Amino acid sequence: MSQTQTAAEVPDRSGDPVLEVRDLRVRFGTKRGTAEAVNGLHYDLYPGETLGIVGESGSGKSVSTLALMGLVPEPPGRVEGEVSFEGRNLLDNTEAQWRDVRGNDIAMIFQDPMTSLNPVLPIGRQVTEHMLLHLGMSQSEANDRAVELLERVGLSDARRRLDSYPHQLSGGMRQRVMIAIGLACKPKVLIADEPTTALDVTIQAQIVELVNDLQDEFEMGVIWISHDLGVVAGIADRVLVMYGGRVVEEAPVDELYADPSHPYTLGLLGSLPVLGRRDREELTAIPGLPPDPVDLPRGCTFRPRCPYQLDERCETERPPLRDVGPAHRSACFYQVPDQEEPGEAFDV
Amino acid sequence: MSGAATTHEAEAGAPPAVDTRPRWRQIADLLVSNRLALFALFVLGVVLLAGILGPSLAPYGVNERVGSIVDFRLRPPSLNHIFGTDELARDVFSRVLLGARASLVVGAVAVGIALTSGTLLGLVAGFYGGKIDDFIMRAMDVLFSFPAILMAIAVVAVLGPGLVNAMIAIGIVYIPIFARVTRGSVLSVRELVYVRAARSIGASDARLIRRHILPNVAAPIIVQTTISLAFAILSEAALSFLGLGVQPPAASWGRMLAEGRGFIQQAWWMAVFPGLSIFMTVLSFNLIGDALRDVLDPHQRSAIESQGLGV
Amino acid sequence: MTGYIVRRVMQAAGVLFGVSILVFLLIHVVPGDPVRLALGTRFDPETYEALRQRAGLDQPLIVQYFNWITSAATGDLGVSFRSGRPVTQMILGRLPATLSLAFGAIVVALVMSFTLGTIAALRQGSKIDHVATAISQFGISIPDFWMGILLILLFGLQLDLLPPSGYVSPLDDPWRFLQHLVMPAVTVGVVSGSILTRFVRSSVLEALGEDYTRTARSKGLRERTILVGHILRNALIPTITVTGLQLAYLLSGVVVIEVVFSWSGLGLLAYDAVLDRDYPVLQGAVLLFAVFFLLVNLIVDLLYSYVDPRIRY
Repeated sequence: MSQTQTAAEVPDRSGDPVLEVRDLRVRFGTKRGTAEAVNGLHYDLYPGETLGIVGESGSGKSVSTLALMGLVPEPPGRVEGEVSFEGRNLLDNTEAQWRDVRGNDIAMIFQDPMTSLNPVLPIGRQVTEHMLLHLGMSQSEANDRAVELLERVGLSDARRRLDSYPHQLSGGMRQRVMIAIGLACKPKVLIADEPTTALDVTIQAQIVELVNDLQDEFEMGVIWISHDLGVVAGIADRVLVMYGGRVVEEAPVDELYADPSHPYTLGLLGSLPVLGRRDREELTAIPGLPPDPVDLPRGCTFRPRCPYQLDERCETERPPLRDVGPAHRSACFYQVPDQEEPGEAFDV
Repeated sequence: MSGAATTHEAEAGAPPAVDTRPRWRQIADLLVSNRLALFALFVLGVVLLAGILGPSLAPYGVNERVGSIVDFRLRPPSLNHIFGTDELARDVFSRVLLGARASLVVGAVAVGIALTSGTLLGLVAGFYGGKIDDFIMRAMDVLFSFPAILMAIAVVAVLGPGLVNAMIAIGIVYIPIFARVTRGSVLSVRELVYVRAARSIGASDARLIRRHILPNVAAPIIVQTTISLAFAILSEAALSFLGLGVQPPAASWGRMLAEGRGFIQQAWWMAVFPGLSIFMTVLSFNLIGDALRDVLDPHQRSAIESQGLGV
Repeated sequence: MTGYIVRRVMQAAGVLFGVSILVFLLIHVVPGDPVRLALGTRFDPETYEALRQRAGLDQPLIVQYFNWITSAATGDLGVSFRSGRPVTQMILGRLPATLSLAFGAIVVALVMSFTLGTIAALRQGSKIDHVATAISQFGISIPDFWMGILLILLFGLQLDLLPPSGYVSPLDDPWRFLQHLVMPAVTVGVVSGSILTRFVRSSVLEALGEDYTRTARSKGLRERTILVGHILRNALIPTITVTGLQLAYLLSGVVVIEVVFSWSGLGLLAYDAVLDRDYPVLQGAVLLFAVFFLLVNLIVDLLYSYVDPRIRY
């Protein structure tokens, strides 16, 4: 992958990536036919870097990260491609090998802290159970570490909290517990699947900041999934915009905001919440529905909703990702005439 | 597991198909497409036919001997007597055929009693709430505290054995189930916007219940009725088996089983065929109940499952 | 918490009051004179008067109820019209048989429903799932007394593996007690177990789709740990309540099955009492079944708040 980085304050990308995703495809057999949920995803994640993945629900953003942890149910799902972690293709893993990766090398925090914690188990057990497994700790060692972690993520009176149950905590506190669970085994990659969507705006900001701090401390690569470009702007270094299971635009975060290229990204930005307005709803500013993964449109998958459609190929060809700037790529025919053919081809 | 979430997400973009068929047609089609339900409908058709036309279909009368007792008692199934004969040289097949009526009548009337009084109590409790609700539902708790069969036995002990008393006994036993199901449904629709709106423009209680509440509680009640028919028939069989239900000379499956039990070693057919008849009838009602629930009320767990209510 | 316990006990007491009235009225709504009916052909004026007075039938209804309920509270349920023995004594003699049958049946039902229901849910849509669903559908629909007869025919008579009927006290011979217990317990248990199987299956399916199960997976836990520690732990909670309510159904089965297997418990006692028109005994047996049911459900509700940490009243 080309290493053309220009944007400021980008983490060091000179070393080896911790995660290399190559041509990742996820399909589901459904009653109506094959749903093509993820179609050829391609990216690197470096230690200390935060990659934002943005898209509407159904864009394949969550499914693609579940595939990184071997959590796509097979069948009906089917995962193809390559996911290299420390030089090893995770997709060749046996179930036992996957268990060693999950919660240990790669951890995940989920969208809804209200339902993601087991309601009938005390917090302590939920924070420690995978430490016992992956780190070989005794229960008392794990408890000590759990107290440390819970204090680190900002829970007061952590020792006593070990015996609390999820329903005794607020939503923000539960998400902090989820983060502690994610961090328990010092993962190298942390996947955050819309972890702030269900929270109040003020709590959202706290959680974003917390993950930012912890990332530096733990040297983790973070994949932050969201439908909300606003949230991603505050945390990501680089952003992938997904649509119909494909990346339609990829850029350093500042550049994406300053100079969006793909019509879909333009639409997303146009629908950013106005300052001061609380808005937790899915993006609806772009007219039309997301594509049906069982029956993706011919040509460009965004064409049915695209206000431009200025190229005759829009209807027949899938637009490939092309360079539109340094480290900035977009999958649209439209802007191509405006620019020189890219000097450096991507190794897609 | 991630399956539900991911598949849901994968399919989120699918445009919902609009079904333009009338509602009754959708239900009929769905039932027909369910092969088990179709089988159950067929079985019930046969039972119903036996119940209605039994006397003209049966080769022999209820207590008619097919021949001399010495020669024809306890004969195993044969071409002439496909279910064999009993200890009094009666044709078991004819008796099974003629017993269908008792099962169906007792089941239907008992459920009718439970349905009307239970639904009414549930409607009143759910609609008016407060003290009335408390009183009715505690009374239902009292009724529900007795094991069904014991309750029925006690009622029969008071009223005396017989067909009519069995109906009343079984009917009483099932009142709480209907009251609870109805009350639950009423509560879930009572505060809906359109009901409140109707109330605010001064619709009378009777009109509210008839026009807005009843149509909404119909689905769970229909399902419960079908399943209760199954259990009522089981209860009737149990009562008759204990000698407290249908009395001779009328034939009833439960009674035949009780008689067959005494000859179980010499004549298995005496117990097997009446038992099989009860089983198939009950199974069919249950299958149809399940199918109806899937169609009418897909979000509701069966009453049996969610409330542990059975007999 | 204490407030909840108090409220729940009060509620049970209220229902028990209603139950007592119903049971009391049992003897009074009998058309005609219950004592005369009970004595039948053995009628003899002296016994008749003695029984009537003992049962207090010559007093106003309210007084009778008050007398009856105060005696019942102190453990005096009157005397049998037939044998003249104290009803309490007769009932206590039968209690171990019924309790052991009910307990055996619950064990059968729980083992069956958790095994079958869990496997079916884990292999949803597979052959095993369909077989489990079919078994539970059959179990719900089969008349328990018929199944009992078939079991007696097969295992008791044809194969001669188990005693076909009767009750042996565990104090006399524990091994033979168990042998006698197997068939009736299975008969009663399978029916309740079938209903519970459906419930366990849908509860496990629900838990399988929950976010916390996904969280457990994402931690790299073993499937066994996820199943036992996370899924079943959650599925257990609603199942406990349903099992409590199932008890009414199960006890119903106990009454009939005691008759089928000549298992000399309370059910058989009640049945014989009906045939003999021995109303005090019937009253006592019915009252005891209801008290047992209320008591178990009270315990289940209290247990529920213990197992489900979300419930703190």
